[in-house]
Amino acid sequence: MKKVFTKTKGLTDVPFSFCPGCTHGIIMRLIAETMEELNIIEDTIGISPVGCAGFSQDFFSCDFVGAAHGRAQAVGIGVKRALPDRVVFTYQGDGDIAAIGTQHAIHSAARGEKITSIMVNNAIFGMTGGQMAPTTLEGMKTKTSPYGRDIESTGFPIDLPKVIANLPGAVYVASVSVDSPKNIAQAKKAIKRAFQVQLAGLGFAFVSVLSTCPTNWGISPVDSLKWLRENMMPIYEMGELKVTEEVKSL
Amino acid sequence: MEKVLLKGNEIIGEAAIRSGCKLFFGYPITPSTEVVEYLSKHLPKQGGTVLQAEDEIGAINMCYGAACTGSRVMTASSSPGVSLKQEGISYSAAVGLPMVIVNVNRCGPGLGGLGPAQSDYFQSTRGGGHGDYRTIVLAPSKAQELYDYTMLAFDLADKYRNPVLLLTDGFLGQTMEPIVLKERPEAPVVDRDWIVDGCKGRKKRVLASYSLTNEIGEANNLKWEAKYKDIQEKEQHWEEFHTEDAEYLLVSYGTTGRICKSTVLNARAKGIKLGLIRPITLWPFPVKAFAPHMDKVKGIVTVELNTGQMIEDVKLTVECKMPVYLYRRQGGMLPTENEILDFVENKFSLSGSEEV
Repeated sequence: MKKVFTKTKGLTDVPFSFCPGCTHGIIMRLIAETMEELNIIEDTIGISPVGCAGFSQDFFSCDFVGAAHGRAQAVGIGVKRALPDRVVFTYQGDGDIAAIGTQHAIHSAARGEKITSIMVNNAIFGMTGGQMAPTTLEGMKTKTSPYGRDIESTGFPIDLPKVIANLPGAVYVASVSVDSPKNIAQAKKAIKRAFQVQLAGLGFAFVSVLSTCPTNWGISPVDSLKWLRENMMPIYEMGELKVTEEVKSL
Repeated sequence: MEKVLLKGNEIIGEAAIRSGCKLFFGYPITPSTEVVEYLSKHLPKQGGTVLQAEDEIGAINMCYGAACTGSRVMTASSSPGVSLKQEGISYSAAVGLPMVIVNVNRCGPGLGGLGPAQSDYFQSTRGGGHGDYRTIVLAPSKAQELYDYTMLAFDLADKYRNPVLLLTDGFLGQTMEPIVLKERPEAPVVDRDWIVDGCKGRKKRVLASYSLTNEIGEANNLKWEAKYKDIQEKEQHWEEFHTEDAEYLLVSYGTTGRICKSTVLNARAKGIKLGLIRPITLWPFPVKAFAPHMDKVKGIVTVELNTGQMIEDVKLTVECKMPVYLYRRQGGMLPTENEILDFVENKFSLSGSEEV
């Protein structure tokens, strides 16, 4: 029989510890496949954050540094500035990069830091048990917005890729989803491009991936995918938000 | 050997370059700003990297990242900025990262003022951030020591895989004094088999401090505790001044340590047998300095620029075997040598009785 699928060398044999239906595993696989395809596993240093995404340090087969909550990009910049010929990526949740670490996201983009940042956006703080995130949708119930997110008192969800795309040092910004095979394929293309941008030394590359959190959303894995499509995708601008001419010609 | 006239903060910058510091991440704050300014001008010419970060938190975490690659890295700030760095220092201590953090102490709390102060003694010597850790703390008292101890700081950081604080103040940072640009002693050979630089030809490495298993957590704490005990045993540094026959001791570091030398000389001129112990390492506190003097010393005065912080370590060291008093100025003010002497004479009823 013909072998049609092999587990990528970009992942270790440590079993994923995510909840059933969580899409972290898909996103990590896409990154790991990208590293393998670009032959950069041994040249890459990943930076893990705090939160569910923090487990990434055990699952990827490249070197890893564990950062404090929100600081992954600052840490990654320290690594990259010390070793400019290595590949550095951060793997962060929306709480990590769009709340406590926002300043680093903005300034990584402003300075055009030659790193790749992947944001996994599930509109909630997952690890701590389902509290409101900066990305939580209007009316969405979480442990700290038990009556639904009230825009009047807690403001609006932040669409970080749109913010980042406005900064000249960000040369590639995409917002993708892993809710369907077609969208997974598109997400893979975006992630790969974000690494190619770094290999070409063009500037800051940022990919936001919409993700599910069935456990904390309180719905089944299948319904979670539907909920993501129907509720998150209309709010968050999807697609490649910014592709500079240099990136297009890669 | 070359002799140059530089501002205290610039001396730290020059010493860092000559120590092989490859990266500096900083953020301007008075009275430390000349460190980042000097390095911005001179470090890139030596092939190094200087980056002005978005904030102090960014700067210390960039140091954390760079230190993970085994590169010599430094940041500098002043008290409020160093408060912001504490999270990153805690993480660096937990992972065992060598780095040098300069604190040009200004007076506080809050935004405070720019004058010399030693108000960050507790923050510096008790870890500073969350969790039970220690950083080595070096306290220069003059220009040449800014140079020498900056070099020592890098070596100790590498030797023990631990953050090292260089604790100075606005007086030291802003004063111009001549220094000798001594050749760098050989840097200690340290193993680099823990760094992350890509896993070519070896197993992947993870530098992180996260552990959900209590047994592993305790093992880690015991490992760090053993390191701290080793440092306490091997790295107590201090200077003694006229202690051989001293009946009374001043204990003071940094700027006031320097002033206290004049106090000692003035006291000696009056026939008072006063000596000085000047801690060079604030952590580990130089406990060993006191033992030889315990039998003949009748009393101690600590001279500090705070409400009395180091005095706690002195009291713990002498275990109530003699009176220990505090003479302090605060808010950016400095004592004169004779103010200190008056205090000593009054406290120990020396005035007149022992004059020659």
